[in-house]
Amino acid sequence: MISKYTVNEQGFYGEYGGAFIPEMLHPNIEELKTSYKKIIKSPSFQEELQQLLQDYVGRPTPLYLAKRLSAHYQSTIYLKREDLCHTGAHKINNALGQILVAKKLNKTRIIAETGAGQHGVATATACALMGIECVVYMGEKDMHRQAPNVARMKMLGATIVPVVSGSKTLKDATNEAIRDWINNPTDTHYIIGSVVGPHPYPDMVCQFQAIISKEIKNQIKTEPTHIIACIGGGSNAIGAFYHYLKNENVQLIGVEAAGLGIETHETAATLALGSKGVLHACMTKILQTQDGQVIEPHSISAGLDYPGIGPQHAHLHQLERVHYTSITDQEALNAALFLSKMEGIIPALESAHAIAYLEKMNLKPTDNIIINLSGRGDKDLEVLTKTLNHDD
Amino acid sequence: MTINELFAKPKRQLLNIYFTAGYPEKESMLELLPALEKSGVDMVEIGIPYSDPLSDGPTIQNSNSIALKNGITLDLIFEQLTVSDSRIPKIMMGYFNSVLQYGVEKFCKKCKENKISGIILPDLPLDIYKQHYQSLFEQYGLSNIYLITPQTTEERIRLIDKNSTSFIYAVSTSSTTGSNTGIQGAQNYLQRIQNMNLKSPIMIGFNIKTSHDFQFACRYATGGIIGSAFIKYIANSREISLDTQTFIQSILPKK
Ligand SMILES: Cc1ncc(COP(=O)(O)O)c(C=O)c1O
Repeated sequence: MISKYTVNEQGFYGEYGGAFIPEMLHPNIEELKTSYKKIIKSPSFQEELQQLLQDYVGRPTPLYLAKRLSAHYQSTIYLKREDLCHTGAHKINNALGQILVAKKLNKTRIIAETGAGQHGVATATACALMGIECVVYMGEKDMHRQAPNVARMKMLGATIVPVVSGSKTLKDATNEAIRDWINNPTDTHYIIGSVVGPHPYPDMVCQFQAIISKEIKNQIKTEPTHIIACIGGGSNAIGAFYHYLKNENVQLIGVEAAGLGIETHETAATLALGSKGVLHACMTKILQTQDGQVIEPHSISAGLDYPGIGPQHAHLHQLERVHYTSITDQEALNAALFLSKMEGIIPALESAHAIAYLEKMNLKPTDNIIINLSGRGDKDLEVLTKTLNHDD
Repeated sequence: MTINELFAKPKRQLLNIYFTAGYPEKESMLELLPALEKSGVDMVEIGIPYSDPLSDGPTIQNSNSIALKNGITLDLIFEQLTVSDSRIPKIMMGYFNSVLQYGVEKFCKKCKENKISGIILPDLPLDIYKQHYQSLFEQYGLSNIYLITPQTTEERIRLIDKNSTSFIYAVSTSSTTGSNTGIQGAQNYLQRIQNMNLKSPIMIGFNIKTSHDFQFACRYATGGIIGSAFIKYIANSREISLDTQTFIQSILPKK
């Protein structure tokens, strides 16, 4: 599917994207760029991936009609249950796709960055499955607030490298993973966890996540009016939007993390406050000072605590194809507790940002809404129970 | 003097010293420039501090973040350069986002005003440079300096050579700056580059820490670049001019 919304031959989405990489990474990126489409299209690759997605991940994930939620908001609300994927989030769709690419490229070592730990767990899982060495970079702050995922990665045999530079979160973990790749250019493949980084990563990750909207199309009986997803780098969102991009009847809504509130500047709402710049080797919107220094973001949700956004989203924002908005820490916490009680589903704090947006909509009985429930909330129990006790 | 005037001289074994502007103190550059010139350094590479220096190892990352804490900005760097009026050939090194936010044309203009002859932006790829910025750089007489690594193919090295208007920066190992692999292992690669008879002079950088390393680099190239080892040396310096001279004396052959 090539359109004004997708990547061009030069690796750009309008003015965003590209590969702003140091020369040290040129051979790696060149290799990926020239081969990823061919690899992904090949029948043997597709067969292996589809089999894994079905038998190992448990796809297709259900499209669940949330009856009590629908009744509460007096409209029709579906949840796309990515939280039911093996490992508990959509991240596994991409990790499995990329590890199969890495195998085709004869790579013997995998590196990854992780924020919430979901991508780290997914990558560690894929590596355990394939018997390949796995090194995960994770900010020290995130290791504390997402401790259950650190334990899971260790069980899966991955090496976790704590990152202590900068804000000790996702941005810095990504820096360290890129530096690792510079230092290990021949045997290593870098599995980026979102639609960020140098071309062809944003497109490749999008291809692997697009299965979300492909399934939705088969599952839903009447056309959705809205699709809502949270945005860290933007991979679950683009996955949920992809097959609807050209259908302008469907309103697509991307929810960023406002943190303590956009006006406080303790926020991760990149499209709300960012400007054009280069982060992690791609041209996109980023949170930065006038001098071009990247600003440390804030969000209660480690997976959304990122000062950039995928270049395709920056482009979709510019074209006004997707409506981007934001939700604060507190609103997300409330939504997480609300969904737990209303539907018996404890969402990840990331996904709770998408749920929280329901409160802001003027819903009509004719609305037919899909929320991409990107992950489950087990990893966030500590933060969530604190809020619960506070409220009691 | 410009770097190309320097390269036009018969002198070989050129020593290029990298330092981070604003480090260890905000105004250290005002002392470093004369001290380096006096010590016999041939050219300097002035690092523009950046919050996310992807190609740099811990030493230069740390100097970048200290410099930023000291309050250095690109505007201040140019102001200091104007004040110092140093004549040593100068290039700058930084990340593309700093230049982009400053304004590419304004940056080129300031470089010209302050006798900066070249710039290394490791994350500005050749094709994007050619498409969008080459004419601007040329208009202000600024050379874009490219890196090559042990992984760079011969075809690409030839392409880079063709596009270079000054020297080529040969990175001695596939690594970030300040790694500990040692430069001697790069022999085959450096020999291969030397045998290619490129039109551009080659300067070798990364992993040069001692006089011995520097001599080794000079066997294969016009000179060598020292960064992390110098940054480490001046980290806690109280007498930065003196320490600079001591360090350079330890590198350069006795006259
Ligand atoms: C459950 C969940 N949702 C969303 C995200 C945000 O990433 P993306 O925007 O790429 O989907 C993460 C990232 O860690 C996550 O774990």
